[in-house]
Amino acid sequence: MKLSKNFTNPLAANNPVIVQILGICSALAVTVKLEPALVMGLSVTFVCAFSNLIMSLLRKGLPSRIRIIVQLVVIATLVIVVDQFLRAYMYEVSKQLSVYVGLIITNCIVMGRVEAFALGNKPWDSFVDGVANGLGYAFILVLVAFFRELLGSGTLFGIDILNRFGYVGNSLMLFPPMALIIIGCIIWVHRSLNKDLQEK
Amino acid sequence: MLNLFINSVFIENMVFAYFFGMCSYIAVSKSVKTALGLGAAVTFVQVMTVPLNYLLNEYVLAPNALGEGIDLSFLSFILFIAVIAAFVQLVEMVVEKFSPSLYNQLGIFLPLIAVNCAIMGGSLFMQQMVGTEINSVGDSIVYGLGSGIGWWLAIVMMAAIREKIEYSHVPAAMKGPGIAFIITGLMGMAFMIFSGIQL
Repeated sequence: MKLSKNFTNPLAANNPVIVQILGICSALAVTVKLEPALVMGLSVTFVCAFSNLIMSLLRKGLPSRIRIIVQLVVIATLVIVVDQFLRAYMYEVSKQLSVYVGLIITNCIVMGRVEAFALGNKPWDSFVDGVANGLGYAFILVLVAFFRELLGSGTLFGIDILNRFGYVGNSLMLFPPMALIIIGCIIWVHRSLNKDLQEK
Repeated sequence: MLNLFINSVFIENMVFAYFFGMCSYIAVSKSVKTALGLGAAVTFVQVMTVPLNYLLNEYVLAPNALGEGIDLSFLSFILFIAVIAAFVQLVEMVVEKFSPSLYNQLGIFLPLIAVNCAIMGGSLFMQQMVGTEINSVGDSIVYGLGSGIGWWLAIVMMAAIREKIEYSHVPAAMKGPGIAFIITGLMGMAFMIFSGIQL
């Protein structure tokens, strides 16, 4: 029961991106197309889940003075694994993601979940929490990328959707500022539905 | 060099073009005073860590830097973040020892900076630009300074706008982060007019 609540909570009601405003740094630049957004979301899910698991296993023997540096080393190692994997098997996507894969290290969601959850909970719970928060992040990324790719280039995953009806892509959607405005609108819709999140 | 500076402040602004440091940008931009403090701290750390990481990249990480056939570039993430975290820790200790009043002003921001994406992003972009725009330690200092000032400019402007917006009727669901994102988007559009400037 508690486990399933841990899993569903970060997906909607307590989404890390649109409610806690974490991890936006690297989130928006990869949302021009759906494919890199999806890959980025899954990479963060992987890093978040395993850093939570590892730090939860280490939590009893770790002096709290050095925990930040240990966290950074664990996260950086996992990110290097992801980066090398993407370069080996998905070279085109890894070119599009460029430095943003490296920036998973400083993604506040990963550090935030380790600090707030993994250091005080059992390994399996922490792993589930990491997966759920990563998926909550991936969901927002894919949502933003869906609108930007559909309205910007008229395609989804590179497959033509709107262009065959004579739609001309709105290239403004491909510029960085529109990602911010779309995420602002998502927050607007989400907070209109969840009135208790609204600021007084 | 001037071109690199203008480019990193206005055209390739950390916040508006690459979304770096958005977390603290949204969270700390509620008053101009704190925004000024955090911006100064970020610029300082950026000016110091980008050249440090440049030297590290040039003499240790780059292919064939340590010896013929040794390529350690896959270690760059872990070494860059270690340099940044260690440097921030060092600055915190030095400032605390020699200038307690400055420490009280900046103290709360310093630990935040270690995980600020703008710092890490600055170093990673610097690594990509080696050989094209950045060819010496001087260039890397200019790039660090420019990108830091660009971030500083963005957060101070944002804080000034958010102080004013307190008095206007924003829809309840848009208050706080929602309207902050939309304003940032509009500011980003305004900054797009700088693209293409060459000096």
